Amino acid sequence: MTQTIARRFQISTLAAHLVLIGFTLLALAPTLLVVMNSFKPRKEIFGAPLALPSFETITLIGYDTVLKRGDILHYFQNSLIVTVCALFFIILFGAMAAFALSEYRFPGNRLIGLFLVMGIMVPIRLGTVGILKMMVSLGLANTLFALILVYTAQGLPMAVFVMSEFMRQVSDDLKNAARVDGLSEYTILFRLVLPVVRPAIATIAVFTMVPIWNDLWFPLVLAPGESTRTMTLGAQSFIGQFITDWNAVLAALTLAIVPMLILYLMFSRQLIRGITAGAVK
Amino acid sequence: MKRALTMSAAVVAVCASWAPMAQAASSLVIESWRADDLAIWQDKIIPAFEKTHPDIKVTFAPTAPKEYNAALNAKLESGTAGDIVTCRPFDASLEQFTKGRLAPLNDLPGMNNFSAAAKLAWSTDDGKTAFCVPMASVLHGFLYNKEAFDKLGLKEPKTEDELFAALDKIKKDGTYVPMAMGTADQWEAATTGYQNIGPNYWKGEEGRNAVIQGTQKLSEGGWLETLRTLAKWAPYLGDGYKAQSYADSQNIFTLGRAAIYPGGSWEISGFNAQATFKMGAFPPPVRKVGDTCYISDHPDIAMGVNTKSKNQDAAKKFLTWVTTPDFAKIYANALPGFFSLQTAPVAVDDPLAQTFVGWRNGCKSTIRSTYQILSRGAKPNLEDATWGASANVINGSETPEKAAERLQAALANWYKPQQK
Amino acid sequence: MATSAQRKPIRWHIGVLLAPAILIYTVIMLLPVFDSLRLSLYGKGPDGEAVFVGLANYTTLLTDSYWQGPFWNALWNNTLFFIIHMLVQNPIGILLAALLSLGKLPGREFYRTALFLPTMLSFVIVGFVWKLILSPAWGVSKTLLGSVGLGSWFGPWLGQPDTALVTLALISVWQFIGLPMMLIYAAMIAIPDELLEAASCDGVTGITQFFKIKLPLIWPSIGVVSILTFVGNFNAFDLIYVSQGALAGPNFSTDILGTLLYRTFFGNQLQSGDPFMGATIAGAMFLIILGGVCVYLYGVQRRLAYYQM
Repeated sequence: MTQTIARRFQISTLAAHLVLIGFTLLALAPTLLVVMNSFKPRKEIFGAPLALPSFETITLIGYDTVLKRGDILHYFQNSLIVTVCALFFIILFGAMAAFALSEYRFPGNRLIGLFLVMGIMVPIRLGTVGILKMMVSLGLANTLFALILVYTAQGLPMAVFVMSEFMRQVSDDLKNAARVDGLSEYTILFRLVLPVVRPAIATIAVFTMVPIWNDLWFPLVLAPGESTRTMTLGAQSFIGQFITDWNAVLAALTLAIVPMLILYLMFSRQLIRGITAGAVK
Repeated sequence: MKRALTMSAAVVAVCASWAPMAQAASSLVIESWRADDLAIWQDKIIPAFEKTHPDIKVTFAPTAPKEYNAALNAKLESGTAGDIVTCRPFDASLEQFTKGRLAPLNDLPGMNNFSAAAKLAWSTDDGKTAFCVPMASVLHGFLYNKEAFDKLGLKEPKTEDELFAALDKIKKDGTYVPMAMGTADQWEAATTGYQNIGPNYWKGEEGRNAVIQGTQKLSEGGWLETLRTLAKWAPYLGDGYKAQSYADSQNIFTLGRAAIYPGGSWEISGFNAQATFKMGAFPPPVRKVGDTCYISDHPDIAMGVNTKSKNQDAAKKFLTWVTTPDFAKIYANALPGFFSLQTAPVAVDDPLAQTFVGWRNGCKSTIRSTYQILSRGAKPNLEDATWGASANVINGSETPEKAAERLQAALANWYKPQQK
Repeated sequence: MATSAQRKPIRWHIGVLLAPAILIYTVIMLLPVFDSLRLSLYGKGPDGEAVFVGLANYTTLLTDSYWQGPFWNALWNNTLFFIIHMLVQNPIGILLAALLSLGKLPGREFYRTALFLPTMLSFVIVGFVWKLILSPAWGVSKTLLGSVGLGSWFGPWLGQPDTALVTLALISVWQFIGLPMMLIYAAMIAIPDELLEAASCDGVTGITQFFKIKLPLIWPSIGVVSILTFVGNFNAFDLIYVSQGALAGPNFSTDILGTLLYRTFFGNQLQSGDPFMGATIAGAMFLIILGGVCVYLYGVQRRLAYYQM
């Protein structure tokens, strides 16, 4: 009896592994294909796309072409600054607003909530010309700060929406006990509530970080200069520039993927722990 | 809490410190869609200019062709565009000029190095005011793999029948894809197909002007025949041509997998760098022996001054340099296949480019049919509709007759002379 | 409550907490966007100036023979795009989350990391990479299918009107599968062990346990995932633009509201942008998404049971 249960357990674990391995392969293969082929000579890229690069023919010619024409590290630094700063402001201001909306009853609460959520429904791209004019009059055109402001505004509605969903689930007893102890509302938010809604913060971090990092449009319009060029814009212009030079295209793609990959691998643990926090077994 | 506060303060400080970043004042920025030419500008053209004008610094800042129009519009409207703007031919630039975003250039010294015809694509409809300095025109035609032709004993086809006979032979042999073209980027089907072979059918300027005057319809005669011929290309294109992009076609040809490449002179410099075999070129074949041949000799690229530029003088100095034979020589030879529009002839060293430009002697020149006046309507825009129609007839998803009717309807919908 | 008769003090902190978010959001995003949306009520006058036309543009969009075709086409394609996401992305996301939360599965961390990876890639990269992989010229997918004897299945999927949209939707699912997986995974491991143990004692295990115990508890997360997917899909633009261009070929079969808006608002090759009709399309998108979110807020969310942690 116990044996059959053990065997059934093993079989289901095996099946789980098979399914997961299948999807993992699917998730990784395209990236691997690009990275692999970026080291092969042009004829081989086309002749045997699925073969590993061989020692005799391995080549860095694509990287040579790309690195000569652009400062990848600088692009990466720009992307990083914009993403991290925007994320910080989104979470800080988003948490504050979400707390006010989910914690207190006051006239206009629901209205302000709807007002903020409205931002999820319109593509901010539509306001491009107005935003650009405003940034010009503020003297912020062609600065990273303009991008940070735009992405903060763009990310706030979603952040408020998700965080107030989560904050509604935070136990009232906890907060009321703190109030009895005489803690200020700000302390309650930053020291009690925020740690509890860490999963929400991680969720927002992921949901807002990806589109910010990957955005092509606002860097193109607001900060297209070489000194403020972001990674995605750099990758796009490389692809345009070397469209038929596949060595260079694949090298540019690899260079665009790898930093993100390293960053992700470094922080994936914290990220996942954050998302699943409060549920640690 | 305290630690969190200090950290927050630090982050705010760091984020804000990226705010003030003024641009250097005495440098010129060139807006362009020619991302492929970045290396040529950085290595050849700009150094040549800065050598004679050491006080002016020039930056070439290209945007991908797909985003160029939209991004440039947004930047011009808000005043953040570069000092010098690369001009698309005809209406796209004319609109910028009428909105006051491009400066008139009649007084620019050196503008008389260009004939009125050369300036046509960047002048007001009455031809009185020019607003961009013409840089180059491109010629349409067919490139071919000489090794493949030698191996199969083929000669350059002169007529349509000869072209199809050659294609049949290549297909039967099976070594090569007869023709490298795809319909995924609809632009390719329209530009390297319809606008390439079309002039022989609608008799170049004669047909184009007739449509503008309303005496010919896009659904009749040579206009319809062009689409009919295009529909016959499908069997000669590579496997899966429906998902084949422009870059795919270029690669298939330069890797030596295809025998014929419908395209134009703008491909020459790229192909020279990548193809390992000898290439030749022939003009679009005429329909019958003895017919006059027509070629699309299309003014493609020019440069104007952004009216909001703070460096008007420097920008005009640069454009004056663009009107000189010095520039023409550097540009035409750095980018063989982009032929100077200056009246003084410019020697081109590249043999393939020489072949192309030689056709001007025997054939009559015209421009792409949709570019002047006819694409001013938006419902639907004729150029967009032509992309779709050309791709559809090759894909077989629309008959040539239906596609031609649709093009005519798109034009007659707003264009008065066609509403009679 | 002795103090209930007194007036409450003004709660300044509410204002302080709300101010930064509302200020940045209103000034940077809402005003410019609504300034553009306002244009949907205007038209081009005889001298090119903007003239107030009321709802005429919306009538044009829905009834004019030129505009209604593309609009309904884009709306239908967009709906299909969304349906494919709901039918493929969410079930697979739930499946993966369920597998990952199975006891102590060895290698769990590796799977989580790997499966979430595509989400971190940009549209530029995803669109380009998949275009390469599916490109008949490169032949990667053809070779792969050929190696398992299915070579004849291969087709130029991105180039055929009847397959292009589905292919793009699946690429988008590939990219974003990590988000529903993570959110649902987080909800699943938040289920108290005692609850599951109690269920096991009652003989509720395996698949039955999943449907009877776990699924009801993760409905709120599935709700959030669904509404985020809805909003994301109806604002989608980049993937299709990057891989099919602004004309959303072949023959507009992949045209969604985002690409229609872009083409109309910003123009294309020789077509100049029409800010008035562009704003009208954006206004229509706004109403559609507003409708969807209201259905969620008032119809779905209220029925979902919440469990305070």
